[in-house]
Amino acid sequence: MIGKEDMQIVSHKEIAKDIFELVLQGELTRQMTKPGQFVHVKVSETFVPLLRRPISIARISREDRTFTIIYRKSGEGTALLSSKKPGEKADIIGPLGNGFPIDSSLKGKKVLLTGGGIGVPPLYELSRQLKAIGAVPVHVLGFENIEASFYKEEFARLGDTYFSTTDGSLGVKGFVTDAISYHEIEFDSLYACGPTPMLKALETRYTEREVYLSLEERMGCGIGACFACVCHIPNDPAGYKKVCSDGPVFRAGEVVLSC
Amino acid sequence: MLNITLPGLTLKNPVMPASGCFGFGKEFSNLYDLNKLGAIMIKAATPEARFGNETPRVAETPGGMLNAIGLQNPGLSGVIQTELPRLESFDVPIIANVAGSSIEDYMEVAERISQAPNVAALELNISCPNVKTGGIAFGTDPKMAADLTEAVKRVSSVPVYVKLSPNVTSISEIAIAVEQAGADGLTMINTLLGMRLDLKTGRPVLANKTGGLSGPAIKPVAIRMIHEVSRAVSIPIIGMGGIQSAEDVLEFLYAGASAVAVGTANFVNPFICSEIIDELPEMLSKYGFSHVRECIGRSHEDAPKPDYHRA
Repeated sequence: MIGKEDMQIVSHKEIAKDIFELVLQGELTRQMTKPGQFVHVKVSETFVPLLRRPISIARISREDRTFTIIYRKSGEGTALLSSKKPGEKADIIGPLGNGFPIDSSLKGKKVLLTGGGIGVPPLYELSRQLKAIGAVPVHVLGFENIEASFYKEEFARLGDTYFSTTDGSLGVKGFVTDAISYHEIEFDSLYACGPTPMLKALETRYTEREVYLSLEERMGCGIGACFACVCHIPNDPAGYKKVCSDGPVFRAGEVVLSC
Repeated sequence: MLNITLPGLTLKNPVMPASGCFGFGKEFSNLYDLNKLGAIMIKAATPEARFGNETPRVAETPGGMLNAIGLQNPGLSGVIQTELPRLESFDVPIIANVAGSSIEDYMEVAERISQAPNVAALELNISCPNVKTGGIAFGTDPKMAADLTEAVKRVSSVPVYVKLSPNVTSISEIAIAVEQAGADGLTMINTLLGMRLDLKTGRPVLANKTGGLSGPAIKPVAIRMIHEVSRAVSIPIIGMGGIQSAEDVLEFLYAGASAVAVGTANFVNPFICSEIIDELPEMLSKYGFSHVRECIGRSHEDAPKPDYHRA
């Protein structure tokens, strides 16, 4: 059930260069179940900026009714959000979208979680839930450089964790696909979140495996009403899927990744 | 205190979601009881299904947003067979937005969709700035707007409201032309044509290059135009353009609107229509009104109240 709540900011800190971790507390957390879902955050009390910011859920803790989002300060909206202090409230709508599929058939299976940049955060809750049902998560995380990397130890506690960076300052120099090749990682299924070229490369490379991809697209409403974040589906010119409400997670091949 | 009667429309209250900002109601029906709404203006229907424009389709602006969705919809048959029946369980009049690329397109959609059991009125979309043919091309030429209105009136089984574009030199001229052609009412304003450029690339942010500006930034334009048009015509106006609160509703009624539609605010807060309806009675009392009718056209103290405002 989607709700709207002024949620309490429990903690808020910069965990890497321009990367912020925000922990929020409130009743809405009870509605959060699936990893890969997101919330829509109102960053300003005024009309500027007008629209909310979609940010993925990185960790859910139902015991203390808190959840964590990790975002990059990159524009006017996220800069405003980054100035919010613990004790203040944040206007949240969520949980939105459909997350990564998880069921008992994954028990004992090796699941490769591949993230790029700010696509990494939802993989953390995903990994926690996979481990909880007895799957074996393996992580390949790509960052621009070591200064922009985060949650390295957190992921390592859940399973084998490998890195790639554009400049080689952490892990393999190059992209996540280079790291997968370099470490000769084998897996049963692949769940990924990151820039579209990264998702495209993974989709093209692993056509024989079960692959799920979480997409990012500029959104208006976040609930499926505005049709801003649509993408094409194969072989149907008028057909479409909405990233916000049909996704953001799609099975590889379900949507055309040029969007 | 809140009920208003307009051609074809018996409204519990004067607040409805604007076309294009509420889809076909499905998403919002999961959030609150749609029976609360005065009416629902559904997304435009065209004869064939349309994908719309490529993404990115939205861009932010100070106090507003640009969109270039491009009338994406499942086509007339899809709307009639799938979308409209889903709304039948609600006791809310539906205003169906009609679009096309030619007069024949508009006539086809108007004739068939006006026969749907829960469609109470049509909104003739002659003002969409985001499609290459049709849309705004009809809305910026008084003769074309009048011809289209007349043609649609001939085939429609329900009253026809014409949605006016602000992207004209004289909006009253178009309003008068469509009134004379038989329009039962007006809805105004549609979005203002705008553009944003990416500072890194120097290119337009939107794939369509230009888009329609909406949100609180355009409210003063809407108020001015409704004020002007309501003096020029004697058919009712459903006002829209940046409404975010019950106070905004009051201002639109003062300007001369008989009801209002909430657009972009639904994207910022999907519960906004319901919240505004809840706040209206107290807000009216605060300003000394016992019924919304008393507010309509208050900015024109010298203007006689038109007949349709009688209870």
